[in-house]
Amino acid sequence: MTAFTTLRLDGVTRRFGGADALTGLDLEIRRGEFIALLGPSGCGKSTALNCLAGLLPLSDGSIWRDGTRLDTLPPERRGFGMVFQNYALFPHMSVRKNISFGLQMRGVPRAEARRRTDEAIRLVHLEEHAGKLPGQLSGGQQQRVAIARAVVVEPSLVLMDEPLSNLDAKLRLEMRTEIRRLHQNLGLTTVYVTHDQEEALSMADRLVVLRGGRVQQIGSPEEVHNRPANRHVADFLGFRNLLPGKAVSASSIKINGFGVRPSASFVGAIGVGDPVVAAIRPEDVEIGSGLEVTVDVAEYHGREIAAEVRTADGLTLHLRTSQRLAPGDKVEVTLPPSRLLVFPG
Amino acid sequence: MTTSALALRHRLAERGIDPQLFLLVPATVFVIALFVYPFCYGIAVSLQPAQGGALAAYRAFFTDAYQRDTITTTLGIALPAALVNVLAAVPIAYRMRGKFRGKRLLTTVLVVPITLGTVLTAEGLLGFLGPTGWFNRALLSLGVIDQPVTLTHNYTGVFLSLIITGFPFAFLLVLSYLSGIDPSLERAAATLGAGWAQRFFRITLPLLAPGLATTFCLTFVLAFSVFPSAILVGDPTGSTRVISIAAYEAAYVRYDYAAASAAAIVMGVVELVVISVVLGLRSLLYTGSTAGGKG
Amino acid sequence: MRRRIVARPGAWVVWGLVTIFFVGLAGVIGSVVVNSFGVRWFDTWLPETYTTQWYGQAWTDFTLLPVLTVTLVVCLLVAGISVLIGVPAAYVLARRKFPGGRLLYLLFLLPILMPPITYGIPLATVLYKYGLAGHLSGVVLANLVPSVPFVILTMTPFIEQIDPAVERAARMCGARTRHVFGRILAPLLVPGILAASILVVVRTVGMFELTFLTAGPDSQTLVVALFYSMSAAGIRAQQSVDAMAVIYCVMMVILLVVALRFVNPTQLVARVKDDSE
Repeated sequence: MTAFTTLRLDGVTRRFGGADALTGLDLEIRRGEFIALLGPSGCGKSTALNCLAGLLPLSDGSIWRDGTRLDTLPPERRGFGMVFQNYALFPHMSVRKNISFGLQMRGVPRAEARRRTDEAIRLVHLEEHAGKLPGQLSGGQQQRVAIARAVVVEPSLVLMDEPLSNLDAKLRLEMRTEIRRLHQNLGLTTVYVTHDQEEALSMADRLVVLRGGRVQQIGSPEEVHNRPANRHVADFLGFRNLLPGKAVSASSIKINGFGVRPSASFVGAIGVGDPVVAAIRPEDVEIGSGLEVTVDVAEYHGREIAAEVRTADGLTLHLRTSQRLAPGDKVEVTLPPSRLLVFPG
Repeated sequence: MTTSALALRHRLAERGIDPQLFLLVPATVFVIALFVYPFCYGIAVSLQPAQGGALAAYRAFFTDAYQRDTITTTLGIALPAALVNVLAAVPIAYRMRGKFRGKRLLTTVLVVPITLGTVLTAEGLLGFLGPTGWFNRALLSLGVIDQPVTLTHNYTGVFLSLIITGFPFAFLLVLSYLSGIDPSLERAAATLGAGWAQRFFRITLPLLAPGLATTFCLTFVLAFSVFPSAILVGDPTGSTRVISIAAYEAAYVRYDYAAASAAAIVMGVVELVVISVVLGLRSLLYTGSTAGGKG
Repeated sequence: MRRRIVARPGAWVVWGLVTIFFVGLAGVIGSVVVNSFGVRWFDTWLPETYTTQWYGQAWTDFTLLPVLTVTLVVCLLVAGISVLIGVPAAYVLARRKFPGGRLLYLLFLLPILMPPITYGIPLATVLYKYGLAGHLSGVVLANLVPSVPFVILTMTPFIEQIDPAVERAARMCGARTRHVFGRILAPLLVPGILAASILVVVRTVGMFELTFLTAGPDSQTLVVALFYSMSAAGIRAQQSVDAMAVIYCVMMVILLVVALRFVNPTQLVARVKDDSE
């Protein structure tokens, strides 16, 4: 369809009766990119996707495809494809008819529509189910139909709204790879909404982290994973330990109970004496000589044990270790300064 | 399209106003033209009687005991009938809420009297309960009675006809409300040690109560508008002279449209008062989801 | 299940009540049917002999052919028009939140809650005033008053259970509004529309009061003709009135059997929906 070089979102805002669901989203999507909108539920990521699709009118801002303004166009004239969370397959049409619907709507000649539909069915491995109705398919198969329906029209942009959230864990992993492979093979520009940080990190070229309708951070998976822009992003991306403390110099902090930790990485403007929050992932907490803690809960995770431990001051810490721990055990832990991120408190 | 027009459209769309609402126009025009307008017209007619002041028709209705008593007569038939129907429906529907063989057949047979309507039911009751009907013959031959009991052309006849058409209605409604209550709630109560009665009265009944209120209202509406059976199996000049007969007589026997409209309005008001009382009580009850968590 | 029923004494009471009800119902219908075939049924359990002559008599005496034609025409017109008016309104009420929406819903609910006589008398007066009553158009218009709201009420939950994402998906596939309605919504709505129209037909055949108030001599439906012949008892043989009642009954049962192929019995009463969802 209409290929583009960049798709630009300019201050895209959506209010629902006075409450802002999405505020001032600026984003430039380059052709062929896989972008994930990530955030907890209610963060505005689905609103952003629906605004982009044209299913929700914008309250403010604009959307541009190269030099053409898009936000005034109805969804059917934007030339995008979309995969819905619950698939939204047409229940009265066979798999084949579902997939060819978009081609018919675009007036593609019959013979070509047939060829492209066949191709799409093959692409998602549904050759044997082409004549079935959606109700006769399993969740994973319905998912494949939804994807085939969205990509068969060769849209300039594919939008995916938490497409894997209704699948069981094993199928989710398979489909994750499948979607990524489709993206690579077809070179489709994709915007993918999810609340699963692992999914976003593993699939996307770039992540947009949202919270409360506002963009928190835009960056590559490495950037977002290693250097979250603020404590909320950190919290959402697996920094389960958020410890209150105080900045004692330009590069060291004092965490209650742990004493002064030198050479921690500061994120954001922090002055000496300011309250801070030190974030560290459970897997980065080391067991060794340091502060003595008591194991409260130990979960078996195969090679590892995930434990919840408590310091003498009553501070709770999460850690992962290959050491066999049991509730009541006493161990000593340290927080390696290189793994500590420090945010304004 | 100019930006300001676009902005206005967005603002309206945000409040849920857009061209799609035009689909409502035919139905709204229809209801206004054929329901609201005649109703207001009726009120206007009732306020313009041939003689006397604006309220003369109402004064006449309420001072004439023959007319006034139709209110109590109607309520005296409709309220007990609706109550009996709902109260009988609850234990039976409760017993039958699960799946069992022949349930579809049972519900189908129950629908029959609803579709037959009051006129045919009246005809059947006249034959069945009449002095030489099967019912009296059966009682006589069993030796329960010596004289045939009079069950038609009186209050009993009308009451029974309302049970026959009203009970299945109430039953099917209660049944569908009951099937909307998640059965795992009762099982959960059972695991917490609640016995049969406790499960019913502390879990199911409170969840069912709003539905019962609605059922009562709908059954009451049916019973309240009793007209053909009041004439055919009742005693239309005495014990079953209901408001609808009074209104009908005024309009088509005496051609006094003011009186007829007044009677019709009184009828509507009385009915709405009863319904609002019941619905008012209903609003005091829990009326949320009856599923046991995530739907 | 069955074993538990036997075990509980309460179950016996319940089944007893149900049996009494069904025996009564069978008696009521049976009396009409037997009488319609009976000859000289006075002080006995059953008539002395049987005949079908009452049917022939009813057919000619009550001019049943035109009455049945009127009933059929009225029903089809009422069902067709109320679907045309009601379904679009139900669609908007099911899909959209807008100011005054609940008020409008209440307005549509009122004609069903009101006793037909209450609005029937003023309605008939108005229809007579504009010369619409006394013939077919008046009967159709009067019967539409509860039917349009009924279609709205039955279709709203039906439309609500069609996932709105399906419509959005169609748009994302490039479908214009008319395609969304024609290719996606219409096929999905057909079962609901069919059910609603059959229910409207059943209700219209049985609707006595409104037809009674607005019908002229040439526009009586079967149930009104039945009422007149019953209240004028003595003029005609009771048996031929019963024959007519049986014809009415058979017609209703046929409709019912057809209806139940498409809808659940509870739907014939009302479409119950949780207020919460």
